[in-house]
Amino acid sequence: MQQTLSGAPVTPRPLPPPFHHYSVDAAWDEMFDSSLAVRPHYQALMARIETMPPEELRRRKQAADLSFLHQGITFTVYGRTEGTERIFPHDLLPRIITAGEWARMEKGLAQRIIALNEFLRDIYHGQRILRDKVVPRELLYTCPQFRREMRGVEVPRNAYVTVAGTDLIRLPSGEFAVLEDNLRVPSGVSYMLTSRQVMKRAFPALIAECGVRPIDHYARTLFETLQALAPQGAADPNVVLLTPGVFNSAYFEHAYLARQMGIELVEGRDLLVHDNFVYMRTTAGLRRVDVIYRRIDDDFVDPLAFRRDSILGVAGLFNAFRAGNVALANAIGTGVADDKAVYAYVPQIIKYYLNEDPILPNVETWLLGEDDQRAYVLDHLEELVVKAVGESGGYGMLIGPHSTAAEREEFRRRILANPRNYIAQPTLNLSKAPCFMEGGAIEPRHVDLRPYILFSGDQVRIVPGGLTRVALRRGSLVVNSSQGGGSKDTWVLSE
Amino acid sequence: MLSRVADSLYWMTRYLERAANTATIVGVHFNLELEQPRDSGRGRWERIFRALHQDAAGVDTLSTDAAVHRLCFDQSNRGSIVSSIRMARDNARQVREQISSEMWENLNRIYHDVRHVDLSDFASSGPDDFLNSIKDGARMFRGVTDSTMNHGEGWQFIALGQFLERGVNLAALVDQHFLHFPATSVRPGSGFDSSDYLEWIGLLKCATAFEAYCKVYTASIVPERVAEFLLLNETFPHSLRFAADRIETALKAVSDLSPSRRANKVLRLAGRLRASLRFAGIEEIFSEGVHRTLTDFVRQCGDIHSGIYQAFITYPIEAALEA
Repeated sequence: MQQTLSGAPVTPRPLPPPFHHYSVDAAWDEMFDSSLAVRPHYQALMARIETMPPEELRRRKQAADLSFLHQGITFTVYGRTEGTERIFPHDLLPRIITAGEWARMEKGLAQRIIALNEFLRDIYHGQRILRDKVVPRELLYTCPQFRREMRGVEVPRNAYVTVAGTDLIRLPSGEFAVLEDNLRVPSGVSYMLTSRQVMKRAFPALIAECGVRPIDHYARTLFETLQALAPQGAADPNVVLLTPGVFNSAYFEHAYLARQMGIELVEGRDLLVHDNFVYMRTTAGLRRVDVIYRRIDDDFVDPLAFRRDSILGVAGLFNAFRAGNVALANAIGTGVADDKAVYAYVPQIIKYYLNEDPILPNVETWLLGEDDQRAYVLDHLEELVVKAVGESGGYGMLIGPHSTAAEREEFRRRILANPRNYIAQPTLNLSKAPCFMEGGAIEPRHVDLRPYILFSGDQVRIVPGGLTRVALRRGSLVVNSSQGGGSKDTWVLSE
Repeated sequence: MLSRVADSLYWMTRYLERAANTATIVGVHFNLELEQPRDSGRGRWERIFRALHQDAAGVDTLSTDAAVHRLCFDQSNRGSIVSSIRMARDNARQVREQISSEMWENLNRIYHDVRHVDLSDFASSGPDDFLNSIKDGARMFRGVTDSTMNHGEGWQFIALGQFLERGVNLAALVDQHFLHFPATSVRPGSGFDSSDYLEWIGLLKCATAFEAYCKVYTASIVPERVAEFLLLNETFPHSLRFAADRIETALKAVSDLSPSRRANKVLRLAGRLRASLRFAGIEEIFSEGVHRTLTDFVRQCGDIHSGIYQAFITYPIEAALEA
C-alpha cells in the first residue's frame, strides 16, 4: 500500500478498463504489486491489452475457445448425470514466470524428484531411512499405496518415477512452496501443450516479444525417457501407452500423447503375458512390448497381483515386470511417496539422502494420526483444510472457512474413524492471476502451478512452465479440473 | 495394427452397411405397398424380415406401420436401424483415434439425428425422409472415409466389413425373392402380371440397381437377367461378384501389410469365392437352382468371416508364437 507523508495508507488509483474491477489483497498477485503497479515481467502484456480494442480481446478469446472445441480437447467431469465430455475451460491471459523464479523452481523440483526416487528405492530394499527412524515405520506400513510386492524388485535404471507432477503454490510472501507431489499417474500435460498451441495463434507477436521458452519438445523428451527404460538388449524397443479406455476422464490426454510420441495406444485387453513376456495382439501376430507408459492405477493394473475384479489390466503383468522383461513407467508402488502424510516428511527425506536443505519448502502440515496434532486440528476445523491422504482431484477435502457445521461434523467423524488417513494444512491464500471474465472485465482468480518433471534415473528434465490451474469461481480455492477448474498457459521467460 | 482396432473398424462398417441396406429395402417395400392392396402383398413383410436375417415369426399379423416400426425404430430389435446405428457408433467410439475426425463427426451426426426422431412425424408424412437420411448418411460416411482416411490396413478392414455385409444381405434378398417369385412362373414373351412386374423392379431397387440394370439390359425385366446382373455383374457395386472381388482384394492387401502364415486359409477361401463367381454362367446357376448358389455364397461368406477372425484377430496364442 502506498502511503502519504503523514503515514496514512492511500488507496491506489483504479486501473483503466478492462482492469477497472481489479483489486489486490493479502494474496500475492501475479501481475500487480500491492500498489497496483504492473510487475516488470507483465508490462509487455499490459501494454498489449491497453492498446487492444475490447472487442479484439473478446474475439481472440472466442477464436481460442473454438480452437479447443474443434480439436476436441475435452474432459469428463464426474458427478454429472451424463458424464459426458466438456471442453476444458481455458483462460486466455498467460501466467508469466521470470527466468530467475524458474531457475530456482527447476533446481528445487529436481532435488525433490531425486530424493523421492532414492526414498522409493530405499524403502523397497534396505529401508535404511526406517532403521534410522527418520520416517516412522508405521506411517509407511499403514499407507495403502505401499506395495509389499515391490520389496526387493529391481527397476530399470532405478527409475521408480519417470513422470511426476508436482503442485506448487505461491504464498503471500511471493515464495513458491510445494503443495503436493503426484507420482502415480499425473495428468494435465496435454492441456499444457494444447493451450500453448492455441496461445501461439492468439498472441503470436507477444510470445516472441516476451521471449517465452518453448515447450513443444515434451513429447519427444518423454519418448526418449521411456525408451531408455527398455530392458537391456531390446534393439528397437516397443513402447506403448496403456489406457483404461475411452470412458476414462483423461482419455483425450492418453490418445494425444500416444499420437505425439508416435507410439501405440493400447488397452489391457490388447496385451497378454506369456512366459513372463508381454505381447500385444496385432493383425500380424503377437508383438513384444518392452516399455509401458501406464495410465492405470496400481490397483487395476494386474488382476492376478492386485484387484481381482479389474478388467482394465493385464493378468501376469506384474510378474513380467518383476522378471525385468518389461519396464513400467511409473513403477508399481510409487504412491507411497505421494501419500499426503509422507509428504510432511519430504524435507527430512531430502536432507537424509542428499544432505541438502530443501530448496522449495513444504506447506505446514498436521498429521492427524498423531494425537497432539489431531487434537489441535479438531479444535480448529473452521480455519484449516483437511485432506484424505490417498485422494486426488480435490475430492475428499474439507475447506474449513468455506464449510458448513454439518460438513465439519462429518469430517470429524471420518477423522476419528481413521485418523491415519487424514492430514490438515492451513487455508492457504493462493496467489492470484488476472482472468478474462464473461462481461469483458479482467479480474483476479486463485492459481497454482503443476510443472511436469521427467526423470530417467539419472537425468531430470523439466519442460519450462507447466499447467497453471485456475479456480474459476470467484473466491474458490479448488483448481482441479475434475471439479470445474480451468487452465492458463504458463510462460517462462528466457531472461 | 491392433487386432481390437481391426475388429472395431470391421464391425463399425458392417453395422452401418446393415442400416443402409435395411433403410433401402424398407423404403422400397413401403412404397410398393402403397400401390398395392395389403393382401396382395403375399407375405411381403415376412419375406423382408427373412431377407434381413431377422425373426419372421408373427410378422404376418403386423400392420405395415408396426412392421416398419420394428425394422426402423425398435430399440429391442437388434437388427433395427436404430440399433445398427448405435452399434456402429459404439464401435467407432472405441477406435476414434484410428478414424478421421470427419468420419467420427459424420457418424455422430447420424446417430444424434436418429435419436431425436419422433415417431409422430411419420403418421402423416411416412418414413421416407428418415430412410433417405440413413441412406445418405451411410453414403456420405463412405465418401468421407475414402477421402480422409489413409488407405492402409484399417481402410482395408473397413472394405472387408462393407462387402461381406453387402454380399450376405444381397444374397438373402435375392434368395427370398426367387423363393417367392420363381423365374419359371414367367414365360418369355407373355408379359408380366403387373404387380409381379413391380415386385421385380422392387428387387432391383432394393439393390439400388434398377437404373444400372436398364443401362445394361434395357427396361425389359427378365428374371435371368436380373439374377445375372445382381449375381455376376463385374462392375456394378451391388452385385455378389463385385463384393467377392473386393473381399479378396482387401484380404490380399491386409495380408501384404501384416503377413503371417495364418492368413493362407482365408485367402484361399476368398480366392475360391471370387473365382466361382467370375467363371459362373447364369444358365448353370438356374439349372442347379438359384437358391443353392445363394445359400452357398452366404455360407462361404460366413467361412471367410470366421477365417478373418482366426487369421488376424482371435488367433490362439500357440498359433501366433510358432509363426
